[in-house]
Formats: sequence, structure tokens, C-alpha cells
Amino acid sequence: MAPQNLHDYLIASAARGPQQVAVVDPTRGTSLSFAALEQLSARLRARLRALGVGAGDRVGLCLEKSVDAVVAIFGILRVGAAYVPVDPTAPPERAAFIFGDCRVRALIIERAHAAAVTAAMTSSPAPPCLVIDRGNTGDVAIAACLDRLDEEAGAAPAGRDETVVADAPAYILYTSGSTGHPKGVVLSHANATSFVDWCSQAFAPRPEDRFSSHAPFHFDLSILDLFLPIKHGACLFLIGGAMSKNPAAMVDLLREQGLTVWYSTPSVLTLLMEHGRLTAADGASLRLILFAGEVFPVKHLRHLTQRLPQARYVNLYGPTETNVCTYYEIPLPIPEDRSQPYPIGHLCPQFEARVVDAAGQDVTAGTEGELVVRGAGVMLGYWNLPERTRDAFLTDSRGRWYRTGDIVVEEGGVYRYVGRRDRMVKRRGYRIELGEIEAALYRHDGIHEVATIAVSNEDGVEIRAFYASTSGAPLSLVELKQFSARALPLYMVPDRFVHRPALPKTSTDKIDYEALKELC
Amino acid sequence: MNTSMAATVHDFILSEFLPGEDPATLGFDTELISSGILDSLATLKLVAFLEDRFGVAIAPHELTPENLDSITTIVAFLQGKGARD
Repeated sequence: MAPQNLHDYLIASAARGPQQVAVVDPTRGTSLSFAALEQLSARLRARLRALGVGAGDRVGLCLEKSVDAVVAIFGILRVGAAYVPVDPTAPPERAAFIFGDCRVRALIIERAHAAAVTAAMTSSPAPPCLVIDRGNTGDVAIAACLDRLDEEAGAAPAGRDETVVADAPAYILYTSGSTGHPKGVVLSHANATSFVDWCSQAFAPRPEDRFSSHAPFHFDLSILDLFLPIKHGACLFLIGGAMSKNPAAMVDLLREQGLTVWYSTPSVLTLLMEHGRLTAADGASLRLILFAGEVFPVKHLRHLTQRLPQARYVNLYGPTETNVCTYYEIPLPIPEDRSQPYPIGHLCPQFEARVVDAAGQDVTAGTEGELVVRGAGVMLGYWNLPERTRDAFLTDSRGRWYRTGDIVVEEGGVYRYVGRRDRMVKRRGYRIELGEIEAALYRHDGIHEVATIAVSNEDGVEIRAFYASTSGAPLSLVELKQFSARALPLYMVPDRFVHRPALPKTSTDKIDYEALKELC
Repeated sequence: MNTSMAATVHDFILSEFLPGEDPATLGFDTELISSGILDSLATLKLVAFLEDRFGVAIAPHELTPENLDSITTIVAFLQGKGARD
């Protein structure tokens, strides 16, 4: 019988091929076999249970991409809790907000971030922290942390994996929220296994496959990276920290390690070509290239397929709330005269879909409407936001459907993406609510009014912030960027700031976004 | 510090990433990466410019904040690689 929960993938693979390499961190020179990953995550399960963590709890993760983070994720799942990963490079107030919002029962955190994040947390008492010290290159830091705790507190009783029901939360991913605070998308074991099991059918992974893991663990592309290779006994190569932003280093890794499966945003693939000087020889081992998170400009995609013609290319689509719900395999070669982006494609079999108008009525094929879906992949809801959760669904006589907010056209079972219903944008794969940037900038003393818009060009999406200052004079761009970087994750910092004496208004005295777009 | 090299880098960052900014607000010691002035893509564009303009090759492991986080560190890094203005 197929596993009902995510950690059983690891248990089964560790039993089949204990000495196979499960995960490699090329940055730190660390790796773990399936047996070692299984044993370390069992030790962490025991330690978490000794700290009082149990089924139904949440455990916060503020870790660099590392084998330690992979151990932590499995340890948390095995104790029956949900993991809540945050971006360790984001402002500590953001991590503290997230951990407070979902009331984590414990925290696994890098030494470098521990003081700042816990100081910013307002909940009392603060949850117990497992602090990870980065020792020498090549050392598995979480093993040292568990050894230290065993010495200090005595070994924790080994115990067994918690029995979790398929609908139990497995992880909470916080995404940009339009009200100025991130919101937590709660996903269950069944949500994730329905996706992973579909990937098994669609991509036929083999134990000899070597997967890239480029997406950070707080980003939902990481679900495929983490669980698909582990399910199939294949090897995962972690690309984090400085390497994840360094195309030449990623191209070296691709070539030297003979990676066979790559999954990232189109932006990263474009970087590999334009700044990493990716050649046919560098990518010769790749058999499967998956991309998601934004539209892939056809010019760049054509270029990539010409350089690496041996690989299959599949466009994956879906919001965090559903993970992937449609897919489209790109037919090769791509015609020279094609410039229209490829469709988001066919519905994955674990979903049902409709395309509806503003009143929630089905539109006829070929007509624009909002994509709504239901099925095994759809999230449990937003953490502690019952109204937002209710508003996210269309409920009618045919059931409860998640409203993606994406406007699509369906013809012959193929969906084509048209645009958004609201003010959410995707920039380099990151999902951004423009309202969250505005909320942060309104906290700047010198800003009287601000409005952000997204402008698409050949290189992707640019975010522009139009503002009127309290003094009437333009503010320093350097200072505005510095302020933004303290208040927001770096991927949300606007590309450009444009000063206006006043922002254009509509007849009802609201900021006129259409007029701002015309200024671009 | 080689001030002519520093001025070249200063002008490039201003014109490329901070159009319209008062040149005086971008100091030679202003943090560029940790402050959000240069994101990862902008950093790569800067590196491509430095390689081209100063005739140096910058290896993947050298793209660190220690080398690139201010105009001062960039100039020292370039000079360490034997770059000439």
C-alpha cells in the first residue's frame, strides 16, 4: 500500500537501500545516507518529544539549506507535528511574527539567528529552542546538537513514529499577505503525497537519478525536491545560500555531479544560461527540466532547449494552496517564430477544475474566467484566518472549490494562463502581494502616500513604488532601499522608487492604479 | 584606494541601479548587498560589468559580500586581482 504520510517514504527507502546517498550539501561538504537520515531524524523525534512536542503541534525552522534542515523536517514529521520553515535571511521580525502566529511548540534555529529572532518574539514563555552551531566544514551540525543535548539532559527515550492521519497538517508555508502580514497556508500529508505520487507517475524517477534542490524550504517548489527523490531512493543535491544566487557555481555543480533532474523557477534557468555560461556539455546529464512559479519567456526557453535538446521540459503550475495542479510538456523543437508563452496545460488527475465568471457560474470553453479547483491537493486552509479561508473557496451545489485567483482560458482540456484577478504578482518565482510592500513603506516617516505596481518586460517583472513624501521633496533612493530591506524580505524590495508631488486619484479619492500604469 | 576605479564603479551603480539618485548619498562604504541596494540579479550585472571593464575574471567562489558589499571592498578586491583602471 502506498504510504499515507510523508515520512514513510524515507522509512521505506532506508529499508530498501540504507547505504545509498540520500542528500548532499555541496556547500558544506556534508552528506547523509538513507540510513543516517533515518537514524538522525529518529533521534530528533525523540528529542522533540522530550521537549513536549507531539501530534498536532507546530515546530518552527529557521535554518540554512543544509542536511540538518532535511533531518529536522523528517524529525518534526515523525513526531506528528507540522514544520513551519522561514527564510533565515528575512528580517527577524518576520520570522518572529510567523512563529508567534502559529504558536510553535519548539524552534530549531541557527546560532547566528537565535538571539535576534527570539528577542523579536512577543509570546511568553518563549518556546524551547534547539540551537544549531555551525562547526567545521564536513560536520553534520544537528548530530553535534543532539549529542550535546544527550549529554546535558540524558538520552531521550527512542520511541516510535507518531501515527498521523492523512489529513493531519504536515507543514505551513507563509506567503505574502495583502494586509501587511504573511499568511500561513496549512497543507496536510495527504495534500503532499497526492502530489508526490502523481510526480512518480509523470516523471518515473529512478534510484540513480540526481535531483537538484534549488528552491528554499519555505517555498513550495521544495516539496517535490524533498520528497520525490527520497521516495525513490534517489540522491538530492542541496543548492542554498550563496550558491543559489551564483549561476557559475550552479553550472559547475550540474556538470561535476551529473545532475539528471532540475527543478526551479524560469528565472534561475535563464541565469544559468546568461550568467553561468551553461553549455551543452555542462548539462549533458539532465534528462528532465521542470519549471514553475512564473511565466517562462519563450525566447529564453527556446534558447535553453536548443542548448540542452536531450531533456524533457515540463511547465508546472499551481499556487501554494494546491501545489502543482496543471502541467504541460513542451513539444520540441520550439518554432523560431513562436513568442506566445506555453499554456499551463492539463489538469493533474488528483484535481477537478472549473472556469467560472465573477458570479461563480461556469463560462463556456474558450472564454476567460477564474480557475477554481478541488481535490486531494487543496490546502486545509489559512492558519487561524477563518474568514480568509472561507473567502478563498467558492462553495455551491457542486461542492467546495479553491479559487486560484488566476484568470485562464480552457480549450480542449488545455488551460492557458491570462493574468491575475487581484494584486498578487509573481516575481522570479516569489509570490508578492503589492499591498504588503505598501503597508511596509507606509511605516516610513518620510512617506505620505505610496502605491506599488508591477511592470512586465522581457526580463520578467519589475516592481515600482510611486510615492509622495511628507516634505514634498524626493527621498534618497539609497535610504529607501535600506529601509525596505529592513522591513521586507529582499525579494520584495521595489526595483524602482518614483517620487510624485501627489499620487493620482480616482473620483472616489482612491489611488488610481490605472493612471500610474500609464506613467510607466 | 584607487579613486578613479572607485568613481567608475560608483557611476555604474548609480546609473544602472539608482537612476536619478543624488550621487552624494552613495558613499564608498555604503553597504550594497546587505542593504538591499543590489539584489542577486543586480550583483551579477555588476560582476559582468567589472569583468568587462577591468579585464578580470571573477570566479564563482569570489562572489561574496566580503568582496562586493561596498565600493571600497570592490576596489580592493579588483586590485587584489591585478586590475588596472
